[in-house]
Amino acid sequence: MAKGVLVDLTKCIGCRGCQISCKGWNEMSAQKTVMAGDLTNPPRLNAHCYTHIRFQEDEKEGGPVWSFVKDQCFHCKNPACASACPVGALKKTEKGPVTYTFERCIGCRYCMLACPFYIPKYEWEKVVPWIRKCTFCSERIAADLVPACIKTCPTGTMIFGELDDMLKEGRDRITANPGKYVNHIYGEKEAGGTSWMYLSAVPFEWLGFNTRIPAKELPDLTWAYIAKIPAVIGVVLVAGAATWAITRRNQNMDKEE
Amino acid sequence: MTSHKDIKMWTPTTLVLLLIMGLGGLVIIYRLMHGLGAATNLNDRFPWGLWIGIDVLGGVAMAAGGFLIAGAVYILNWKKYKPIVRPAILNAFFGYALAATAIMFDIGVPWRVWHPVVMWQIHSIMWVVAIHVVLYTTTLATESSPMIFEKLKMEGAKKTVYAIMVPIVLFGVLLSTLHQSSLGAVYLIAPAKLSPLWYSSQLPTLFLVSAVMMGLSMVSLETILSSRAFNHKPDMAILSGLARGILIAAVIYLTLKFIKLFKGGIGMAFDGSMEANMYLLEMAVGTIAPIVLLFMKNIRENLNSILFVDTLVIAGIILNRLNVSIFGVYRNQAATGLSYFPSWMEFVVTLAFISFSIVGFKVCAKYLRLFPETEGGH
Ligand code: SF4
Ligand code: SF4
Ligand code: SF4
Repeated sequence: MAKGVLVDLTKCIGCRGCQISCKGWNEMSAQKTVMAGDLTNPPRLNAHCYTHIRFQEDEKEGGPVWSFVKDQCFHCKNPACASACPVGALKKTEKGPVTYTFERCIGCRYCMLACPFYIPKYEWEKVVPWIRKCTFCSERIAADLVPACIKTCPTGTMIFGELDDMLKEGRDRITANPGKYVNHIYGEKEAGGTSWMYLSAVPFEWLGFNTRIPAKELPDLTWAYIAKIPAVIGVVLVAGAATWAITRRNQNMDKEE
Repeated sequence: MTSHKDIKMWTPTTLVLLLIMGLGGLVIIYRLMHGLGAATNLNDRFPWGLWIGIDVLGGVAMAAGGFLIAGAVYILNWKKYKPIVRPAILNAFFGYALAATAIMFDIGVPWRVWHPVVMWQIHSIMWVVAIHVVLYTTTLATESSPMIFEKLKMEGAKKTVYAIMVPIVLFGVLLSTLHQSSLGAVYLIAPAKLSPLWYSSQLPTLFLVSAVMMGLSMVSLETILSSRAFNHKPDMAILSGLARGILIAAVIYLTLKFIKLFKGGIGMAFDGSMEANMYLLEMAVGTIAPIVLLFMKNIRENLNSILFVDTLVIAGIILNRLNVSIFGVYRNQAATGLSYFPSWMEFVVTLAFISFSIVGFKVCAKYLRLFPETEGGH
């Protein structure tokens, strides 16, 4: 069955152990970084960084609130990226991870446009570039192991298990702790539901989450068009052939006159 | 070799165009050797830029004249347009060649460009688009082949193509309808990214109708320009017919755009933001001004003013494609600090592709019988 993750942002202490273990497991090289004004480093996910902690400062009841937000691919239930890919390089797997096969990829980068969370990144500097994004440690999951970032986390910010159980746990935590969380599980409905779901003490828009993402599966939007193609083919061919037959007959009649 | 003496090949303009093409060739070699990051300013927030906006989306829209004129002549039997069938199809061929070549260098792994043909993904709009490019470019090549066979004196082959011309044209009309609209459908998947000024469930229809406007304007523009090169009077009946076609398509387009704007709240077009201003500019130049002008009979009957309106429509629709692909997503994409302005190399390649189309068209006009009906006196 499909796996899921519940991220309880109130538990994160911003140690970035998850970020390091992700780099380690995926054998990604270190990159030179620069300070960008806050502690978020690197400032954005990129082809060499599948996950990072965003340090976010907001104000609540007069005082500052610090939040640490873990960013990575959400592994949507029906991913826009996979539906967009013209060659099936991105695929939703049964256990939950959305995986990538470079050997199929043509590098059109439509997945980057399609993903509502801005997740797929490109190896711009390479001559033969790959699309890069969090893999949900699909090989670890296949071997019944917990994803690297979750395994490393010292505070239990993330819990991993059956998707439905994770959602239920999220709801239970909100009910059991009135006032602690905002009443919204980010990822329950966004883009039709995702494998990674978040709990937060402050509204999600404060944390830089996109709250305008429709609560429906995005591939349906393009399928609405594709599904009409057979009808268009039929109408154009029949109407075209009929028009041709009629105009030709008219013309022949003109000649006879 | 027979050729048209009226067309001079080695004019200063042609030389400049050839120079740009040479430069573009060098940039393409550089891009292939060093990658997209080195040659372009594309980045993780702007995965698509100038090449997709102008070369691909613009090039395909420009090609719409081909299926419209071919359909009018072979299916509707509007014989009046027969003289411009060949240039219209050739123009479409160049539009598609432009788009297909640009895609080749824009995708990260060009030698896998054939993958969609064997790795079917019927849920992907990009796959639908890719298959249409392949099929329609082949169709256009077939439709223009009689000109080549004529040159090579292969009368048999020419006759065979003409014998199956009607089904081929019908197939072309079908593919074009689908392809023009599917390019709009590409953006259906990005409701949270594309500004509501452009995002609409009607995107496929809007792309199709605006392509009709642009395609007819291109054909009209070419008819006027080539008549000047050949020194003969263009057929006013054809030109005012095309003008009427542009007018009808533009009125439909404007209506659809207005319905969309009223539904989304008319205020968003006048809030002074960059998107709003780009939207107003696009609508004013490409749709409203042409409609107002074309409603006047004396404008529809004057060569220079038709030429002017054609230019307005072409500029306006290219602007629309740039708005959808770049300006309309700009605010959301740039929110995290990555911005985009094309590199000089991107500009050079785009200009080189345009130059190639112009020179290519000129060469064909000189050596092939593009305007068989009007050649009599020359
Ligand atoms: S978050 Fe984006 S990249 Fe990840 S599965 Fe969803 S659509 Fe694909
Ligand atoms: S860039 Fe690769 S993975 Fe992304 S949509 Fe294109 S072919 Fe698929
Ligand atoms: S390892 Fe856990 S506590 Fe540390 S930054 Fe990552 S999610 Fe937060």
